[in-house]
This record gives sequence, C-alpha cells and structure tokens, in this order.
Amino acid sequence: MKLSRDLTCAEVVELVTEYLEGGLSARDRERFEEHLGFCDWCVTYLDQMRQTVDAAGRLREEDLDPELQDALIEAFRGWRAG
Amino acid sequence: MTEVAPTLDERALVVAVRAGDEAAFRRLIAEYGPAMLRVARRHVSDHAIAEEVVQEAWLGVLRGLERFEGRSSLKTWVFRILRNTAISRAEREGRTVPFSSLDGDGGDDHAVEESRFQAEGRWAGHWAAPPEAWSPEARLLDGETRGVVERTIAELPRAQAIVISLRDVEGFSPEEVCNVLEISESNQRVLLHRARSRVRAALEDHLGERPGP
Repeated sequence: MKLSRDLTCAEVVELVTEYLEGGLSARDRERFEEHLGFCDWCVTYLDQMRQTVDAAGRLREEDLDPELQDALIEAFRGWRAG
Repeated sequence: MTEVAPTLDERALVVAVRAGDEAAFRRLIAEYGPAMLRVARRHVSDHAIAEEVVQEAWLGVLRGLERFEGRSSLKTWVFRILRNTAISRAEREGRTVPFSSLDGDGGDDHAVEESRFQAEGRWAGHWAAPPEAWSPEARLLDGETRGVVERTIAELPRAQAIVISLRDVEGFSPEEVCNVLEISESNQRVLLHRARSRVRAALEDHLGERPGP
C-alpha cells in the first residue's frame, strides 16, 4: 500500500493488521509509527487489537472429549489390525 | 517469519505410529485433536458433525501416513486433510460456499464504523468517537468475555472464522495458514484483519464504559 501524506486515524485502523504482521514497507511503517507518536487514541486502538489477539488465544483451553478420544483410539486399533 | 518450531519430534512420531505404536498415536491426538475439533466447528456448525469430521480426518491421516513424505510439516498436512474432509462433508450437507471467495463477507467492510471519524474539516478522518482503554484488564480474562469472543468468531463469515481460529486461537504462523487453506498471504491477511476487527468491536461493546445507573 502506498501512502503519500500523513495518515488519518481511519486509515490507521485499516493498516493495523498489516503493521502487526510486519507487512508494511519501511516507509509506511515509519508513517504509521509517526501517527502513533501524536495520537493516543490510535495507540489505544492498537493495544485493543493486541488484546483481541490474546483474548482469542484463550479459547484454546480445552481437552479432547474422552468419548471422541476413545473413538479415535478404536479407529487406530482397527487401522492397525488392517 | 518461519514456521513455529514443532513441539513434537514429528519424524520419530510418524515412524512410531506407522509401526502401530498406540502411545505415539495418543500423543498425536492429544497434540492436534482439540485444535482439529475447534477448527472443524468453524467449517460445520453442528458439534456432532464436527466430531465425525475429526474422526474421518484421522482415518485419512492414518491411511495417508505411508505416503507422508515430510515435504510439509506434519501439522500442516494433518490440518489440510481436516480441511478437505470438512469441505467435502459440508458439500454433502448442502453447504457449498467456495472457501476462498471473499464475496458475502460484507464487501465494503470497515474495521470501525465510519461515523466514528470526523467527516470533514481539518481533522477529517480522525477520531470523533475515539476508543477508550479497556479496564479493568481482568475483565478481558473472565468467562463472560470469553463467551463474547467465541460467539463473535462463530458468527463470522466462514473463511474469516477459520483464519482467525488458526492464527489467533491455535497459534499457527501465517505461512502455516496459507499452506493449510491454500490461500495467498494477502488473502490471509485481509481475512484476518476483518475477523480481528469484528472481534475487537464486539469486545468494545462488551467492555466499554456504560452510563452509570
């Protein structure tokens, strides 16, 4: 993405993922960070996107249902028996 | 970026499972099974069908193990089998939305409602209704918030739901997601951006300051 002037907040919120993914060119990253330097609201927004990623990661806390696990082991034994 | 280092010695595990080692198979399903079920749920909404998809995928893994050459990581290979199994199951169920299609994702989709930015003047495009920091942070950790995240992801267009699940829930790298779903890096990023933006908005609704009583 090419940006020719100072970023607006509306543009920053669309670039956040590319920024976090390391997908911005050096020049655009500089512009993005320059904006953050004077815009606390966009800093808050960026924080919230990071918190969102963390919150999604907490859905991971789950073990496999024992019944499904047993079914899989049965399938494995069947496969092994040929 | 590189693929996340495998937490298992994949090669040794594959050899052991091929040889019929049940303990090795148990390790394999402990490692990938829970994630496979969660991802299957994004493909087919019904829990019982998702479980069947996972079982079918494991049979595919076992049958394919002889041919597994380690050209992709075991994880990528397993999740690609899961994806293919889920897609053909969804087709049998009459759900045939092409996966990579961005259509139906809401087209003109802004991360934040346009009305929250100033429409004109010197500060056009800057915040009119800026976000407020979430506090206390502990609320981000509670069960209610977790439910909001879960429901929001479940309601996303399918491709977005699968990408955010693989990336942010299961912790796959961008490369792994592209390999599993056979989509481009830029497509992956667009889907992830839309998904994260929507989840953030839902969290903002949930955690935001509300007028006092």
